[in-house]
Amino acid sequence: MSQAEPQQLYAAREPVFPKKVYGNFRNLKWVIMVVTLGIYYVTPWIRWDRGPSLPDQAVLLDLANRRFYFFWIEIWPHEFYFIAGLLVMAGLGLFLFTSALGRVWCGYTCPQTVWTDLFILVERWIEGDRNARLRLHRQKKWDLRKARLRLGKWATWLLIAMATGGAWVFYFADAPTLFVDLFTLNAHPIAYTTVAILTGTTFFFGGFAREQICIYACPWPRIQAAMTDEDTLTVAYREWRGEPRKHSEAVKAGEPQGDCIDCMACVNVCPMGIDIRNGQQMECITCALCIDACDEVMEKIGKPRGLIDYMAFTDEERERAGKPPKPIWQHVFRPRTILYTSLWSLVGVALVVALFIRSDIDMTVAPVRNPTYVTMSDGSIRNTYEIRLRNKHGEARPFVLSVAGDPALSVEIEGADGQTVMVPADTALPVRAYVVAPGGSVPAQSDRVEFRFWVEDDMSGDRAYKDTVFNGKES
Amino acid sequence: MAKQPEKKKDEVETTGHSWDGIEEYNNPLPRWWVWIFYATIIWGVGYTIAYPAWPGINQATSGLLNWSTRENVADEIESFSERNAPKNTELEEVELASFVEEETDSELYSYARSSGAALYQTWCAQCHGSGAAGGVGYPNLQDDDWLWGGTIEDIHTTIRVGVRNPETDEDYERVSEMPAFGADELLGEEEIEQVVNYVMSMSGEPRDASLVEAGEEVYLDNCASCHGDDGEGDTFQGAPNLADAIWLYGGDYETIRETVWNSRYGNMPQWQDRLSDAQMRALAIYVHQLGGGE
Repeated sequence: MSQAEPQQLYAAREPVFPKKVYGNFRNLKWVIMVVTLGIYYVTPWIRWDRGPSLPDQAVLLDLANRRFYFFWIEIWPHEFYFIAGLLVMAGLGLFLFTSALGRVWCGYTCPQTVWTDLFILVERWIEGDRNARLRLHRQKKWDLRKARLRLGKWATWLLIAMATGGAWVFYFADAPTLFVDLFTLNAHPIAYTTVAILTGTTFFFGGFAREQICIYACPWPRIQAAMTDEDTLTVAYREWRGEPRKHSEAVKAGEPQGDCIDCMACVNVCPMGIDIRNGQQMECITCALCIDACDEVMEKIGKPRGLIDYMAFTDEERERAGKPPKPIWQHVFRPRTILYTSLWSLVGVALVVALFIRSDIDMTVAPVRNPTYVTMSDGSIRNTYEIRLRNKHGEARPFVLSVAGDPALSVEIEGADGQTVMVPADTALPVRAYVVAPGGSVPAQSDRVEFRFWVEDDMSGDRAYKDTVFNGKES
Repeated sequence: MAKQPEKKKDEVETTGHSWDGIEEYNNPLPRWWVWIFYATIIWGVGYTIAYPAWPGINQATSGLLNWSTRENVADEIESFSERNAPKNTELEEVELASFVEEETDSELYSYARSSGAALYQTWCAQCHGSGAAGGVGYPNLQDDDWLWGGTIEDIHTTIRVGVRNPETDEDYERVSEMPAFGADELLGEEEIEQVVNYVMSMSGEPRDASLVEAGEEVYLDNCASCHGDDGEGDTFQGAPNLADAIWLYGGDYETIRETVWNSRYGNMPQWQDRLSDAQMRALAIYVHQLGGGE
């Protein structure tokens, strides 16, 4: 082991001051920002009429009553597989997009990217573009102007952050009511805590942590390395066209200069603070702003666009050999992406089918095993069943319970008059049912007899069934 | 990937460490990372001061906040008892019979039922079983056969004074005794054999049909005063129904003969000294709705 010199194991963050940029990708990112933020802030306020006893919020995660409302769809806890299915689809969707287009999720739609973009926009409005911000950063003395600009920026960030945290809680309770409650100090402490935490994280992540969240905190960039391959489109620099760049040793030595004029436009606009000309790197979120910046410069100096471009690694060899790159569809349609698409569609179709075949009434049956049967005084054998009757309608319905499979069996509901029970609106009602076989009948003398419970909604005629067993007294 | 990033290879310093020629890059962590590390140390020290942490000879340090799980549980129990107090008062004043007909969906009823279920598992399950199916000598509470009556009031009285367990002059409501016909030589062996066959014939098949007729005479002379002319029993004195399909001790010849010979003296503790009236009422309501209540 050689004698090590004293050195720093920790480094201070190098601040990034992204410069304003114009171009197609920048415009696309503006559109995506407006759409995603719009969905986020507006959705809780959309109303949806579900009748008098159910909430009228279109999208509502009603944790207290264990219901998830999504427009015309209502999910009960036992239907959680819908959520699981949607998560599987989200995962497969990410795989698909990452294997075809690289880190598009990171570069365009990730909340961290969108809110950081918004915060940088505010920063630019208040403090000016890159150079003005750099000057302000280097100015050590806190004069009135610096204080005004900094406080103005932080206050605006804080407002956005509070609106972000505030919008989140509206997904879990009636938005108009909670909105009033929040301001009149009547909301639940959990609501205030949630708003406070999300305000804090938004303010800190979007304003100060920024690219460090992607580099140090987020696991997804690391997983994505396994999702990309040599056909994946990523943002890359056509080094064979740009090099040797101006100001390089080679050019100074007299070699002909490449297309890169070393103007640093691509570096100045990068929100991650990297130089794309160093090749694909872990920090790059492929936001494509360097493409816009470089294209602008290339047009000005009369060179073809695309010195920095969306490109796959396989194209590099072809282009170096002077051949044209493969058409984009050849990169996108590959066995891998087709497999992801098929799996994604398969899960999606299964979910839609499951959504349409699920019934509005339902039941679960749990035979009581302690004891398995009871002998009654007239010699008949009785089994007990814990049954949950689910009424998904927005009104109370009379449910009729019956048994089929053996004519000797009859059923009665504890506490009810016979076989009919009113199930309140949107409720799973637990009832105890007794199934009786007369003494001497086949079920009474058999170890196990299979039979079927039927439940019928007396108003709509909808039916559901569950198969179960009757335990007799073996003689 | 096809192209390895060429970047930074020249820029990144090595730590200077070298093992068999293998060198280590120095990619420094962000400075705030190490601050978080220091912050967790400070937090950890503060935590051990605020909360119980360091073990001592007899017990751990109690911490500045005096936090304790036992106290939390005690507080919680107390707060639940306080909240239940009005319900218990209501339960002590309500007419028990009113629950049979229309009141079964009231909040009080459902409170009594769940409270009774918890009490049952604590005090009753040892003999009557956690599923209330009973056992030999311990009545099944799910069936429709009741020694001392199956209305909520009857069950409440049975729980209150127990069975054959009087402690004062007032709680003789559940006391009775069957004579030991054989052991006390009230009947001869032959008569007992006859009457056992007759009793068996009331609900099923006798072992020896030729003895049934003689047994009926013995029965009417010795047993009918309590068990009834047709063996229907008498809940007023806890005399079991002999004509139904349910046997507390067993319905085979040997067991019935032993019952007649030695008698039985099954008993149950009285609960009025251990449980509050609200608790006994909750238990009565719970047992009543197990499937056989009258």
